[in-house]
Amino acid sequence: MLEYIAKRTLGAVVSLFIVITLIFLLLRMMPMEGYFGAEYDKLSEETRASMLAEKGLDKPVLTQLVEFYKNLLKGDLGKSWIYRPNYPIAKILEKKIPYSLKIGLISMAVSLLVGIPLGAMMARFKGKLGDKIGTAFIAIVEALPTAVLMLFVQLYFSSWFNLSLLFDKDNPSTWILPILSISLLSICTYAMWMRRYMIDNINMDYVKLARAKGVRGGRIMFLHVFKNAFVPMAQFLPGSVLSTIIGSIYVEHLYSIPGTGGLLIDVIQRQDNTMVQTLVLLYAAIGIIGMFLGDLLMALLDPRISFVKKGDDR
Amino acid sequence: MAAKKPLFNRQMRRISELDANIQAGLAREEAERAKQAEAEIETVDYTPEQIAALDPALFEPAGFNEEDAERTGYSNYSYWASTFKNFWRNKVARVLIIALIAVLLFAFLQPFFPGQHDPVTINNDPETGIQLMNLAPSSEYWFGTNAIGQDLWARVWAGTRVSVFIGLVVALSDLVVGVIIGMIWGYVRKVDKVMTEIYNVISNVPQTLILILVSYILRPSITTIIISMCMVGWMAMARFIRNQVVIFRDRDFNLASRCLGTSTFRIITKNLLPQMVSVIMLQTALAIPGAIGDEVFLTYIGLGLPTSQASLGNLVEAGRVLMMQKELRYQLIFPAAVVAFITIAFYIIGNAFSDAADPKNHV
Repeated sequence: MLEYIAKRTLGAVVSLFIVITLIFLLLRMMPMEGYFGAEYDKLSEETRASMLAEKGLDKPVLTQLVEFYKNLLKGDLGKSWIYRPNYPIAKILEKKIPYSLKIGLISMAVSLLVGIPLGAMMARFKGKLGDKIGTAFIAIVEALPTAVLMLFVQLYFSSWFNLSLLFDKDNPSTWILPILSISLLSICTYAMWMRRYMIDNINMDYVKLARAKGVRGGRIMFLHVFKNAFVPMAQFLPGSVLSTIIGSIYVEHLYSIPGTGGLLIDVIQRQDNTMVQTLVLLYAAIGIIGMFLGDLLMALLDPRISFVKKGDDR
Repeated sequence: MAAKKPLFNRQMRRISELDANIQAGLAREEAERAKQAEAEIETVDYTPEQIAALDPALFEPAGFNEEDAERTGYSNYSYWASTFKNFWRNKVARVLIIALIAVLLFAFLQPFFPGQHDPVTINNDPETGIQLMNLAPSSEYWFGTNAIGQDLWARVWAGTRVSVFIGLVVALSDLVVGVIIGMIWGYVRKVDKVMTEIYNVISNVPQTLILILVSYILRPSITTIIISMCMVGWMAMARFIRNQVVIFRDRDFNLASRCLGTSTFRIITKNLLPQMVSVIMLQTALAIPGAIGDEVFLTYIGLGLPTSQASLGNLVEAGRVLMMQKELRYQLIFPAAVVAFITIAFYIIGNAFSDAADPKNHV
């Protein structure tokens, strides 16, 4: 197992290197005009050249790449170009990440605590009233496009419960709506898949054996079926926890939360290359670690799963 | 207790069904025996002439036919037919699938009906020549007009055609590419290592960056949207399938198959794929509304289809912007209602189909 972990780590480092290099090269294919924003026409030829030189864009791409890796190995993430000119990226992220992380983690906890039991309940009473109500709830939430649903939640819930439309980090009541908006969707996802996996397990032979032995229905559901049904969901769990850092673009725009939601899209569109590289490095690392931890968690929950080669395996 | 009772009832029903079958079989056997006995009695009464008149073929030895000798009881059970039959029993799903087909059919036939406006023409007032902006729904413009005077009724249906087309193409490509790659990725350990790293690389290149670079070369169009969605979509499906396969990969039945020398292809198609029909169905059914949602998102960040090309994505986005004005809210409600209907229909149909896909619920 240790050997497997070591190999995966090595593979992850290689992947990370490829991703970063790829992003670096792709970014250098962006149009030059984009670096000047709206003032492109007003600038003289010399000013433009000096602005490019300042960012190191006049050098050959390979030289830029080597430079970038040298700085990265020193632990220097560089400074933002356009988003907040000449401000260290690490400091920008330091301020933004906690907001997204806190809101994301709370919503994640809420949606797991509500979504999983809801799905289990729906599977337990398949075809009965509970299942029907759950299905209706999921269908209604899923029906509207996310952007519209979130706007609805903001507009109506704020007037019904007299809550503030905007986020204020010192006022806990303004946290409720953003968290609710994010959880609403993930509750549905968790409930939907929990129901699906549990129903797929209900007709398995081990359930029949347990029934034949006289184990009570609830006990079978929660001790046997639930455990088996949770394994496929476990793979995504560490990744989802880690990627709360990325934030939610809709929610953070709507409630003016100064988090990371939509930051990557924003800096890509504004061609702030150093920011893009840092964010991609961060998000890719999160994604890769999440995938790895997911595999480990799956193997931990279900001892029949093994990633280590044995004997005559393919 | 509540769970035991229906189970008990089901069991009892099955037992009585079996019982009825056995009774019917016994009755048939009885009747045959009686017939034979009758025939025997009759032969006694045959005169020599009658015997001579009998067909000589009746006296040929029957011979040994291996096929006949091996023939046993057979069942005309077919997996997909039973799944569909079970699915059809679900009333809500039945109504929804008919309604869905009707709506989609209407969306594609709408331009051929008489008296339809063009979705891109800007309508002007014939007397003053001013654009008919933001007209509330009326008998002439059923869903009203939008901010530049285009007929919303025509735009909603044109948008439905475009978005459903995008959704179907993307879902189909996700299904085919995702399932094939996911199966191999999950089952073959050597591929697992390489594929995981390839996944890590591709999934971490932001879609926004690709879309900007593509739209820098090509104009944003249905094709570029489809290409970028297909490039991203198959990975989610492949990872999903891969996780499922990893769970089943080392189970005893696969071990047994491997010991017997079953080929990887056969294990994947016969041992693994049938286990996953229900989850694949649900995932695919969700991919179609998912593609519409993605399109709304792309329009939201400013990389969607140009407004000259109506789609549910840019209609919803255009309506969302106007949502604060109460009298213009109809511009959001109509396209959103179509999106909502398509999403709900696919979700419930997908779920009903998955519920019906378990062969243990058949018969």
